[in-house]
Amino acid sequence: MTLQGWLLIAAFTGVLLALAKPMGLWLFALYEGRRTPLHRALGPVERGFYKLSGIDPDEDQSWRRYAVHMLVFNGTLLLLTYVLLRAQALLPLNPLGYGAISEHLAFNTAVSFTANTNWQSYGGESTMSNLSQMLALTIHNFLSAATGIALAFALFRGFARRSATGIGNFWADMTRVTLYLLLPVSIVYALFLIASGVPQTLAGSVDVSTIEGVKQTLALGPVASQEAIKMLGTNGGGFFNANSAHPFENPTALTNLVQMLSIFAIGVGLTYTFGKAVGNTRQGWAILAAMMILFLAGTTITYWQEAAGNPVLHALQVPGGNMEGKEVRFGIAASSLFSVVTTAASCGAVNAMHDSFTALGGMIPLFNMQLGEVVIGGVGAGIYGFLLFAILAVFVAGLMVGRTPEYVGKKIESREVKLAVLAIAVLPLIILGMSAIASVVQLGLAGPLNKGPHGFSEILYAFTSAVANNGSAFAGLSANTPFYNGMLGVAMWLGRFFIIIPMLAVAGSLAAKTYTPATAGSFPTTGPLWTGLLVGIVLIVGGLTFLPSLALGPIADHLAMIRGQLF
Amino acid sequence: MARSSKTSETKSLFTADLIVPAIGDAFRKLDPRELIRNPVMFTTAVVAVLLTILLIVGNDGLAAGFKIQLVLWLWLTVLFGTFAEALAEGRGKAQAASLRATKAELTAKRLKGDGTRYDSVPASQLKKDDIVLVQTGDLIPSDGEVVVGVASVNEAAITGESAPVIREAGGDRSAVTAGTRVISDEIRVRVTVNPGQGFLDRMIALVEGAERQKTPNEIALTLLLVGLTIIFLIAVATIPGFASYAGGSVPVSILAALLITLIPTTIAALLSAIGIAGMDRLVRFNVLAKSGRAVEAAGDIDVLLLDKTGTITVGDRQATEFRPVSGVDVGELAEAALIASLADETPEGRSIVVLARETFGRTAIALPEGAEIVPFTAQTRISGVNTGGRVIQKGAVQAILKANPGAGATTAATELRRVTDEIGRAGGTPLAVAVDGRLLGAIFLKDIVKAGIRERFGELRAMGIRTVMITGDNPLTAASIAAESGVDDFLAEATPEDKLALIRKEQEDGRLVAMCGDGTNDAPALAQADVGVAMNTGTQAAREAGNMVDLDSDPTKLIEIVGLGKQLLMTRGALTTFSVANDVAKYFAIIPAMFVALYPGLGVLNVMGLSSPQSAILSAIVFNALIIPLLVPLALKGVTYRPMGAGPLLARNLAVYGLGGLIAPFVGIKLIDLAVGGLGLA
Repeated sequence: MTLQGWLLIAAFTGVLLALAKPMGLWLFALYEGRRTPLHRALGPVERGFYKLSGIDPDEDQSWRRYAVHMLVFNGTLLLLTYVLLRAQALLPLNPLGYGAISEHLAFNTAVSFTANTNWQSYGGESTMSNLSQMLALTIHNFLSAATGIALAFALFRGFARRSATGIGNFWADMTRVTLYLLLPVSIVYALFLIASGVPQTLAGSVDVSTIEGVKQTLALGPVASQEAIKMLGTNGGGFFNANSAHPFENPTALTNLVQMLSIFAIGVGLTYTFGKAVGNTRQGWAILAAMMILFLAGTTITYWQEAAGNPVLHALQVPGGNMEGKEVRFGIAASSLFSVVTTAASCGAVNAMHDSFTALGGMIPLFNMQLGEVVIGGVGAGIYGFLLFAILAVFVAGLMVGRTPEYVGKKIESREVKLAVLAIAVLPLIILGMSAIASVVQLGLAGPLNKGPHGFSEILYAFTSAVANNGSAFAGLSANTPFYNGMLGVAMWLGRFFIIIPMLAVAGSLAAKTYTPATAGSFPTTGPLWTGLLVGIVLIVGGLTFLPSLALGPIADHLAMIRGQLF
Repeated sequence: MARSSKTSETKSLFTADLIVPAIGDAFRKLDPRELIRNPVMFTTAVVAVLLTILLIVGNDGLAAGFKIQLVLWLWLTVLFGTFAEALAEGRGKAQAASLRATKAELTAKRLKGDGTRYDSVPASQLKKDDIVLVQTGDLIPSDGEVVVGVASVNEAAITGESAPVIREAGGDRSAVTAGTRVISDEIRVRVTVNPGQGFLDRMIALVEGAERQKTPNEIALTLLLVGLTIIFLIAVATIPGFASYAGGSVPVSILAALLITLIPTTIAALLSAIGIAGMDRLVRFNVLAKSGRAVEAAGDIDVLLLDKTGTITVGDRQATEFRPVSGVDVGELAEAALIASLADETPEGRSIVVLARETFGRTAIALPEGAEIVPFTAQTRISGVNTGGRVIQKGAVQAILKANPGAGATTAATELRRVTDEIGRAGGTPLAVAVDGRLLGAIFLKDIVKAGIRERFGELRAMGIRTVMITGDNPLTAASIAAESGVDDFLAEATPEDKLALIRKEQEDGRLVAMCGDGTNDAPALAQADVGVAMNTGTQAAREAGNMVDLDSDPTKLIEIVGLGKQLLMTRGALTTFSVANDVAKYFAIIPAMFVALYPGLGVLNVMGLSSPQSAILSAIVFNALIIPLLVPLALKGVTYRPMGAGPLLARNLAVYGLGGLIAPFVGIKLIDLAVGGLGLA
């Protein structure tokens, strides 16, 4: 570990925390439906859109209605993407003449992008036409991100409203988030990327002669526009197979830092928005503090492990940290930090190959996802997942102050507990259940490249990444098979919507409740004690379940490495 | 005092006469129909059955001795849980038995249509609106209302208080309770409940826990425990798949052991015992809660409405000063006040006599011969003495002015109003004195604020509970007493309607309100309040409206009731946190033991240095079982409760039960491992 490395981590953390309030305030304006400076220019667009589509943005939807509209919308987009991918060969903007995508890959990819996962069982530049990249995929980068943020707004309203029947309007939330946040920021961001050297063209590829005189074909395309929203919306699906390790996606140290910041930007902002929504910004800071503790602990472990390197290689007179699978341009600190950021948030973009990390260094990204992507988390999904943990934390420990548990003025009763547990149980059920199936059946066993615990980690990582809607891959696993495409597709769908539905039900149930004003006797949900408690509950309820699987995967891998055995 | 006598009766938790029947009941509660009410313990029992069968028919390569011990401890885990519940119920059962004995011997003298003759019938045949005759020495056969007569009644059977109370027709003291004994006079009682629904029946059901329903918070907690059980079930059920990838397998008994240690058996086993014990603590405190929900609500109270008299001030006012109007000698006023009070046997009257004699030396004055005593009536609100042609009166200022119409316009009247305002502002109640229509001045009757009440209010404030004093006094007097006692707010000149309106307003703002009351006109407010404590001396209507009844009729108890509610919730939370925190150590005991054969390197996770894989598993399951009986005393007595703010309270409990819950099993499992090794059990 180097001073420079730590300075990078410190600078990243500092800028991030400084971003929380301005981003949070901007989001709060969208949450409230207030005017922003952009309304002067874009207001007519918003109103025109409503008029055109017959939406009444002031219609207050019950949680059921909100959920149905959200599902129908996402289902339709899923179908559209599937059709577009299947029909790729017949459609324009296909300069390299790629053929149709297979059924199982098209299914997997359509689910993947709809569910904000962006798991890619394919190499982008060698599979997808420009039309597929732009229309079938990038559109989800906006809309799945907007869906996540809209859902977080819906839950915030559950906490903030009193004796209300509705939790907002899905279409208005979607429109505002996309129009006033995702689109404008992405445009500016894309311009910055273009200035930094990221290509933005409809040309398919360019042939160049290298210094050695070899002729090489470099794939090109509308990269910058996809890259911006890929980060901002915690999507993570790369234009190129190498994702953000590819110099055309992530050309400089500055773009690398900005990419990491943009992954977290909306997530940290939403914690502040939550505080504003419930009328006490300290509530938001307490949550952000808990998230940051988990994040920095993870970063420290990964950085430490990667910098420590591999003792087996040390014995072979190859000193230093673990550089396998890392870009020399970024080095150990920036790669370690990136890996923790991208898995803490449900982004899944990578600038290094997680499969090549040391066992424990690679376990942290895995563990981040197993916690349910609640360490900052995916846009919207992170905070609503975390709030479900907060509900459980309040319920478990809240009784200890001698009152029935309440959180930000809402009593937590059996309905909320039931739904929160249900949502949280989805994660271990599908991750562990599907991993266990894949570890037993032949079709599953055919997937991993490596043997032993490392091979098991590859399977576990894939299902974890899918269910948590992360989308990063541990590589090593040959996932473009009907078995894995199918299983992972189902996993991604369940991992997204089986949490969302109970979460929205919680929002509806909370919104209907009256407000209990806080007194000196109320359970304190600000301050270090609460933050510590949140960390504890996330680790014990969210994390402990995965301990057996981690023991048989990365931990066994690590311990074998110490004894000089590699897989 | 009833309370102290109850306390001295309180038995130690673990006497043989409680434990022995509880052991029998523990086995009886293994009935699956009863066990299913507790899903976590039911799961444990199912696993125990499964392993028992596997012990007989299965062969997974583990030593039979080890497996027998495992099965044994699984069954013990279940039995410890049923035992805890049986023990909690046992304490109430003894009490119920004596109540039932009382009930069995009740017979009624049911009056016939003519109203004089009666049949002797068993009390169980009485129906609502029957009229019964109760004579000296009879037990009152049913809950009811006195319609004719007045009698002194010994209510010790219900309240434990042996001093008789007066029950009379009409007014706020007309309610009588089945099982209490008339010790003088006779009364006619209209039956107000149908058989099986009386107070005694309810009390029996309550102390026995027979009708115990899960409270909302218990239901929510049970759901959480079920959820955790499902999560851990998934975690354990997927292990064979993972192990097969690693090229090995894990015996079913070991998986079962892991599952049982991980699921929250500790809190599940103790959950109903905690609830029963919480109700029991209230009963021992001579308060009957009609539902567990009410006890939980008590812990949530934000606003306490407290009656001034008897709660904040001692019941009786004391004369502390004579305030003459100008031109009247204070001695003259004192003398007139003394004469007017000589026949007044109320504590206030006596305090006037004492003040006049001791401070003003009017020791020699006695009631003149042939004096005519004018008693206080609610209509005149004046009392006094007519002697030798002189009319000496004392009474409420308005009443005196009204009784002496000529005096109203005098300067003395203006003067008197000034004096009485001063007294009011100082927190006193003025009592005007007049002789032959001449206003002499006023007696300063002071409310004596109870010792220590200020500190109590301070504690409540720290707990986030606002106190509101309810008084019929005028706002001036009320403000002064409020300031002196440290109460947060007051409602002066309160009518029952004002009280009801105040409760509604607080509730609209999301606060939970507790109050106590006894009169029929309190009934709507008692019903509206989240916790309404009716005084046992109160009317039947009040007792029906409230959700608790205080058998001692002591309004101060409201404060303690809130404390008991909080203690119940805290005990539940503390043990839940402890139970969940325990899991960390159990993982570290079992995972290395389970997987070390697959990957020898995983031995380093054996941070406790447990002697062998089998010993590790056995120690974890033994710890998991033994922690239940070890925590039974805590579950039954409740965690230590001190009034303080939520922040410090949480810090303290989190340190004790959260951190303690993390550390304790590491130590416990290690010690058991040493014992297991020492005894050669594994």
